[in-house]
Amino acid sequence: MRILKLQKKDLSPFLEVISREAQLWAPVTKGDKFVFDQVKDFSRIAMNATRTIIPPKKIMVPSFFNMFHFSEKGYQEDFSHITDRILFGIHPCDIHGLLILDKLFSQAYLDPYYLEARKRMLILGLSCWPDEFCLCKSTHTDIIEEGYDLFFTDLESHFLVWIGSSRGDDLVRLSPGFFDDKLTDKDIQTYIKWQEERDEAFQIEINFTRMPNLMELKDKAFFWEEAGAACLACGSCSMVCPTCNCYNVVDKQFLGNRPGQRLRYWDSCTLPEYSEVAGGENFREHKSQRLRLWYTHKLQAYVSKYGKPSCVGCGRCLVTCPVQIHIKSVTDALEGHPVEVFWKKFAGEVSK
Amino acid sequence: MNGEHRCLTDSNPFTPEPARIIRSYPLSADVKFFQVRFVDMERALSFKYKAGQFAMLSVLGAGEAPFCLSSTPSRPGLLEFCIRKMGTMTNALFRLPENALIGLRGPYGNGFPVEEMTGKDILIIMGGMGVAPLRSVLLYCLDNRDRFERVVLLYGAKRPAEMILREEFFALQTRSDLECHLTVDADDTGQWPARTGVITTLFPHLKKTDPGNTYALVCGPPVMYKFVIKELIKLNIPKNQILMTLERRMKCGIGKCGHCAIDYIYTCLDGPVFSYWDVLHMKELI
Repeated sequence: MRILKLQKKDLSPFLEVISREAQLWAPVTKGDKFVFDQVKDFSRIAMNATRTIIPPKKIMVPSFFNMFHFSEKGYQEDFSHITDRILFGIHPCDIHGLLILDKLFSQAYLDPYYLEARKRMLILGLSCWPDEFCLCKSTHTDIIEEGYDLFFTDLESHFLVWIGSSRGDDLVRLSPGFFDDKLTDKDIQTYIKWQEERDEAFQIEINFTRMPNLMELKDKAFFWEEAGAACLACGSCSMVCPTCNCYNVVDKQFLGNRPGQRLRYWDSCTLPEYSEVAGGENFREHKSQRLRLWYTHKLQAYVSKYGKPSCVGCGRCLVTCPVQIHIKSVTDALEGHPVEVFWKKFAGEVSK
Repeated sequence: MNGEHRCLTDSNPFTPEPARIIRSYPLSADVKFFQVRFVDMERALSFKYKAGQFAMLSVLGAGEAPFCLSSTPSRPGLLEFCIRKMGTMTNALFRLPENALIGLRGPYGNGFPVEEMTGKDILIIMGGMGVAPLRSVLLYCLDNRDRFERVVLLYGAKRPAEMILREEFFALQTRSDLECHLTVDADDTGQWPARTGVITTLFPHLKKTDPGNTYALVCGPPVMYKFVIKELIKLNIPKNQILMTLERRMKCGIGKCGHCAIDYIYTCLDGPVFSYWDVLHMKELI
């Protein structure tokens, strides 16, 4: 592992050099929020971005893309949406999100659409400071050990830059003059102090180790019905979750001689038709059942296979759900803690 | 690099392989029998599968859906499916003439544990469309008859016209190495040659079973499971030797799209064959 130092003024020139190699994507401002977008003007990059509205999965597996063209000649695969990209400004939680998607999209069978996009994406991480919704310390995703090519830690006057891969090293070698490999004792102390202060800055704490058992024990708890009554079944929680990977597939035909398309687009297990089979039988008719499935996957299912939750603590569900059904309120309810959120007002609406 | 066509077909598990409908004919008002073969003859013969597995079929422009294989791996070359007309995709499939091209990929799923079933009594219980997945394992047992002890078949349908493949089962009734019991809930023809009554009324006709040495395979409409399992528990068949094959919505068949998730498992990877024990300790399985 090599750790280098980069002066703040040298970041833009460095990005300029590497962006000649591939599309550069980074967080930019959108209203009072942030989104990942392709950037050519580096002054647009929001260095202070907290979480983006949609996680970087949208670049690996776009919300909507074509898998195959089809005609009488058969099915021709389509990888035209995949290109060489550099993603700058991705935070540790989102890098962990990608590591989890890596597992989901390569277990048992390899998903070539995801993996090809992943292979052609360089990950340039950036440190961040928690706000009142961040809980990555609880999910142990506040630091990263793998899954990046370069990682920039933002200290007042300069960056410390971790080189995480051979490809990351190649990027540095494109303009080695920007980087200094001699860290002083003061640099190291500054970093330690930064880390200690950041550790103190988290405002949410969740004990995830208890959750698989609590999911089992509270399987029939009343709060699922309350949350189900309030849930709008809008699917937003899945759209913004870095580890939600579900998708739907439809075939589309066009007038004339154009080949048809087999389209793949994001889906959510909270949507009504998600578990519907041919003939209309629905295995999860009630919103409470679908919410329970969502949380089973985050808190229990991934744990049983990989030993950790598939929540990366990004806080997106906390800022997105219109009725406050999110990882904090649900884990609080599972713990039996008092929960004072919007959906608790729905006890009277539960029909049972 | 953008827009360049990259050929990853060899490694793309989503690519449907070209296959032809060799033969298709109706089995009932809304069920059809399909014989399908890969266009590439070598592929047709190299396609290995287990009884109880399923395949994804594509109809050009109408989409892709999972169907269980009704043929037995002990008769390679032709793949057979019993398919009920239900939605857009099956409607389009029903309209295709013989020799039409379709897409096929698979096989997927765990299938029946035929190795563990070796040397055991096999009790196959199917209701209505339950014949679709269980015909595969039934024919497999009959083709490898000396590897199993008793083979018993209970098959129930609502009415004679809905007992699909009934001629095949009438013919099987003449075999001395198969105990074959057929029943319909109600005979509206007046000419039904076998029994009448719901499927559980067949249980008293069973010869004494050795429960520890029996595997019961069940597939049918949801309401059937409840009553049939009660009978099997009465017979003292161990819960992990009661196997059932389940249906779920699937878009990929290979553990990616998420639709068939139940609790912490995927029906497409960990199923579709589950034991009654699995059903008891997982929510929402049946």
